[in-house]
Amino acid sequence: MQFRSLAFALSLALVSAPAAWAGQRGQAKEQVEFGIQVAQRGLWKEAIYRWERAAQIDPTYAAAFNNLAVAYEHEGQLAKARAAYEKALALEPNNALVRQNYDLFKEINDRAAQKDGR
Amino acid sequence: MTARHKKTVVRRTAGGRTKATLCLALLAVATACTSYTEIPIETPIQPKLDVSAFQRIFIAGFIAGANEDVDANMETVRLLRSQLRNKGIMRVIDADTLPLLEIAKQNSGDANTPPVPDQQAVTPAQDQDKPTVINDEKDLERYQHIFANVAYWKKIGEEYQQPLIVTGAVLITPSQASGFVQREQETYDPFGRRVVISVRTYMERKGFILRPTFIFIDGRTGETLHSETFREQILYNANQQTPALSSYFELMDRLLPAFLNTLSAQKIKGTRTLLK
Repeated sequence: MQFRSLAFALSLALVSAPAAWAGQRGQAKEQVEFGIQVAQRGLWKEAIYRWERAAQIDPTYAAAFNNLAVAYEHEGQLAKARAAYEKALALEPNNALVRQNYDLFKEINDRAAQKDGR
Repeated sequence: MTARHKKTVVRRTAGGRTKATLCLALLAVATACTSYTEIPIETPIQPKLDVSAFQRIFIAGFIAGANEDVDANMETVRLLRSQLRNKGIMRVIDADTLPLLEIAKQNSGDANTPPVPDQQAVTPAQDQDKPTVINDEKDLERYQHIFANVAYWKKIGEEYQQPLIVTGAVLITPSQASGFVQREQETYDPFGRRVVISVRTYMERKGFILRPTFIFIDGRTGETLHSETFREQILYNANQQTPALSSYFELMDRLLPAFLNTLSAQKIKGTRTLLK
């Protein structure tokens, strides 16, 4: 009887885990999409807030970190932008779009670093 | 025989359908995964120098080698002054360009030596009829002591109400290079359609190298605040006759954003991809 209860609990957990994960991703996706809308209207601070929320809700969502990096770059927060790009690439190392963004960012960041004599 | 054949055909069709469905599903997933949008951004880069203590800037003059076609001292002073005026970065002092090479020749090279009383008072030496050849950094070394002459720059600073002083050296030297270059070639295929292909051809090329050093001096103390050296090269087909002056402006055009960014914040425009 005990074994049956345990098996039931385990299978319930297995069934509900992907559903919970999908729910988190869904919420994060909503935040990301809203962030894109406001960024397109030039409201970058609001976009940052949305993408930070998305990254909190689902810390495995590479798009949230990529977008956050772009926003930080636009705001001149280059150290934060680098960290966010690196996180996005760690989550999706083969994502060519994130890689392209990161390469473009590095060009600017290296120039700024050269100027600072860093 | 016929029935067996039919069976095989049916099985293949079913397998094909499954594959096609799988491919479509994968494509849909891939499309969903790569849903993106491009957005223009402007990255602000902070200036290197804090110039808030200065309201005026004096582009004093540069040590430049003799070049028949380009008076690099005069041209650089003129170009930098006009750029600063256009961008509204500080008040630009409009004064005579210092004949820095002549001043450096007359000055002993000791930083404690009293400054030359007046730049107008520099008398041309007998050997100054011959243009001074400065082709590289080694030739330049003989005159670089002038930049470290704190007393001299302090005096200049006093004369112009303690501005930020910009000086340095500008070398423009001819260069030659030969090797393979890639270029686009237009051809027509057997159907008469225009095709552009890349071909590698050996080419003799010549051009110029521009090596400016910009030194920023505090007009209140005569001390160097910041120094930056750049190097840019341009090469043309050896048959092409490009005047040194136009090459000079082309090369300076590449360096100007970096020069201006030393004094003021700049925004670098670009495009990034946002992902969904």
